[in-house]
Amino acid sequence: MKPLIQDPYNIILAGVGGQGNVLASRVLANMLSRQGYFLTIGETFGASQRGGSVMSHLRVSAASTWSPQIPKGKAHIIIALEPVEAIRILATYGNRQVTVLTNTRPVYPVSVIAGECNYPETDIIKKTLERLSARVWLIDATEEAMKLGNPILSNIIMIGAVGGLGLLPIQLEDFVSVIGETFPEKLLSVNQQAFEIGQNKVKK
Amino acid sequence: MSKWIENKEGMRVLLMGNEAIVRGALEAGVHVAAGYPGTPSSEIIENLSKVARERHLYVEWSTNEKISLEVAAAASFAGLRAICPMKQNGVNVASDFLLHLAGSGTRGGLVLVSCDDPGALSSANEGESRHFARMIEIPLLEPGDFQEAKDMTRWAFELSEEIKNIVMVRSVTRLSHASGSVRLGKLPEKKGTAEFRFQGPFLNPDTGPVSSMPVAYHHDLQHKKLDRVRELFEESPFNTYEGPEKPELLVITSSACTLYCREALNLLGLKDRVGLLKLGTTWPLPPKLVKSYLAKAGKILIVEEVISFLEDSVKILAAEQAAEIGIKTFYGKNDGSIPMIGELNPDLVAAGLSKIMGVPYLSMDGAYEKEAQEAAGSLAPGRELNFCPGCPHRASFWSIHKALQLDNRQGFVCGDIGCYSLGALPAGFQSVKIAHAMGSGLGLACGFGKLGDFGMDQPTIAVCGDSTFFHAVLPALVNAIHQEAATLLIILDNSGTAMTGFQPHPGLPINAVGQEAPKVDIARVCEAMGAKVVIRDPFNLEETRATINALLEQGGVKVLILRQICALSPEKKGKEDYRMQIDESRCLGDECGCNHLCTRIFRCPGLIWDKGTKKSRIDEVICVGCGVCADICPNGAIMREEPVSL
Ligand code: SF4
Ligand code: SF4
Repeated sequence: MKPLIQDPYNIILAGVGGQGNVLASRVLANMLSRQGYFLTIGETFGASQRGGSVMSHLRVSAASTWSPQIPKGKAHIIIALEPVEAIRILATYGNRQVTVLTNTRPVYPVSVIAGECNYPETDIIKKTLERLSARVWLIDATEEAMKLGNPILSNIIMIGAVGGLGLLPIQLEDFVSVIGETFPEKLLSVNQQAFEIGQNKVKK
Repeated sequence: MSKWIENKEGMRVLLMGNEAIVRGALEAGVHVAAGYPGTPSSEIIENLSKVARERHLYVEWSTNEKISLEVAAAASFAGLRAICPMKQNGVNVASDFLLHLAGSGTRGGLVLVSCDDPGALSSANEGESRHFARMIEIPLLEPGDFQEAKDMTRWAFELSEEIKNIVMVRSVTRLSHASGSVRLGKLPEKKGTAEFRFQGPFLNPDTGPVSSMPVAYHHDLQHKKLDRVRELFEESPFNTYEGPEKPELLVITSSACTLYCREALNLLGLKDRVGLLKLGTTWPLPPKLVKSYLAKAGKILIVEEVISFLEDSVKILAAEQAAEIGIKTFYGKNDGSIPMIGELNPDLVAAGLSKIMGVPYLSMDGAYEKEAQEAAGSLAPGRELNFCPGCPHRASFWSIHKALQLDNRQGFVCGDIGCYSLGALPAGFQSVKIAHAMGSGLGLACGFGKLGDFGMDQPTIAVCGDSTFFHAVLPALVNAIHQEAATLLIILDNSGTAMTGFQPHPGLPINAVGQEAPKVDIARVCEAMGAKVVIRDPFNLEETRATINALLEQGGVKVLILRQICALSPEKKGKEDYRMQIDESRCLGDECGCNHLCTRIFRCPGLIWDKGTKKSRIDEVICVGCGVCADICPNGAIMREEPVSL
């Protein structure tokens, strides 16, 4: 078991109900858990699934179990399946050292659909994220996932990108063995492809 | 998912708190499980049902929590081990039987798991169940992490058998729905045998008939059992202390708050100055143990969610022992160190600790916090809760809203608990004006319906779901019919308990473990009770609206069943009825029904208002092709096309 850059290492996975947030956090946590780390995932679901913001807190530690809620300002990496959710998370858990990975495809809140609120342009989102974090990766995960035949795969593409960054000890092999237990055989190859697409998005 | 249910003793796996409870019950050799779905408790029955066959279990979704406890108690009376999980509201429902049960005692281990929801993360209240343990006088255990969720559940069965009474294990959302590392224990091999013995002497706890009477005898016996519990709790490994021998402050906590306290002490660097007493056995408190720790410090902080339950119990013990341990200064909810309402987190505990200890704590750099909050405030529009794309409730409320508008007598909807509680929000056109407990919608409508003599002429509509109908609406319907309350009950039948994850109920031809089961027909039940029953498809907007208006004109009790499967249900997911398209040339945009009716009023997230073209668009990622929006567009710009074959 490799030592972590920080212990506990705090990951936030954010998105909107229905984007596969819970599944993504479980896959990521299982990849780390089977290497012997202590994992805690904090998440809530229920009413929040109905169009609301959803968020999972992942705490990774070589030593012990941590609270399922990350303290304010203490995120190390934020993975957003929806761009403005990244901004929302920074307001509570951000800091100058944080790394942000975000999907670029918006899911409009009803207030925006209804024309009551504005949704910011991509370059404003980008500039804001850059100002509020140490580094930002914008990934067109939904578009790539649609090319693979299913927009939900954007969550796996984002997890692949986390792997590609090298901040956490997760490799393609870990992913393959975890999804081997989670998904039916016929979905394995497309999930593996999604993970690799994500990895390559941040490598270059 | 069921991998962890295999016998893998010694292995460390990632389990959700509710899964850890399941594993603990399996390690205890549980035989029977019965519950009613309710967030955050539902995964317990769900996971047990998945292994029912391999582990020789009987698992059921009962019609409500009182019945589930009765089913579990029957198993206990027959000598088997049984578990009965529910959310906090469920304990209220079950409490009537629970009080009797606590008096009569049990035989096979019987564990009630209550999953409370501090902060009401997915509830309509944040009431908690711990007071029931004290009120009903049964032991209470509160696991402090995932490992304990498993280990305590297993031990709860043993404790129950030792004292021959029901034991309550209380979890909270942040434990039930959070996940953490758990080391697995052994799964037992043997299958249970059930026999209810009743031929023995009247008061024999193992072979006599079962009753809470004679009351004086049983109540006294119950107190003797609690004395034994106190003794056992004195030695319990679930009560732990970490910190210095002579702390400046002693923190006493339980449940998930343990993790918040540990983290807060860490954040503030106070681990060498503050002691942490974590109690797993919170009622009745072990007096000697608590006394020995109270004696260590002059200042005591109690950290818990939600009500000051532990705080009150500890203060009573401290008062009783004041002569020996001296006078203490208490901090907690009552002095405002810890908030009285809502769920806790490491920051809230740190704030309380920092004040008491005079150690400053800044969670975020001030300039950063200001900048980040301004960005979120201006750039991240809030996400109001909404019905899902293709949700039949949006269509139902559209018609209900239209019908009430047309009726023009200030009619309103008495709501109920389920996804359709969102009927109070813009998502449901703000039709629901009143909402309380399961089944209360119709109960209230009965009351309103009898106020005609007092000049009330507003029509009322009660809504409920199909699962809620069986849970608590049936008795209200009997009342409505017998009292001749003028009301319209609309059953939003989406074929499952959608809010909690599609658990089956008696209206479906399937049971908890996926076997075929007799289906109880809601329409025929209502008819047999004497109500007039009409069934419609809510996706047929005009017909539904007209039906509601017609029914509102009639006296007596009317039942309208709006039947359409939930958009998220496993059978429906991924199958679209129509491929939708918007004819831009026909879309009226700003000019339409006080401007873009479809997105501004109908609010299906599958529609997008395109600011550039000033026209509506279909979001092909989100739209599930139910086709309903085609009927609301006044200019026929939204069109259904048959789905392209895949
Ligand atoms: S699609 Fe129809 S309802 Fe929507 S704005 Fe255009 S004309 Fe109005
Ligand atoms: S067809 Fe219309 S109402 Fe149905 S999901 Fe799509 S956009 Fe929403």
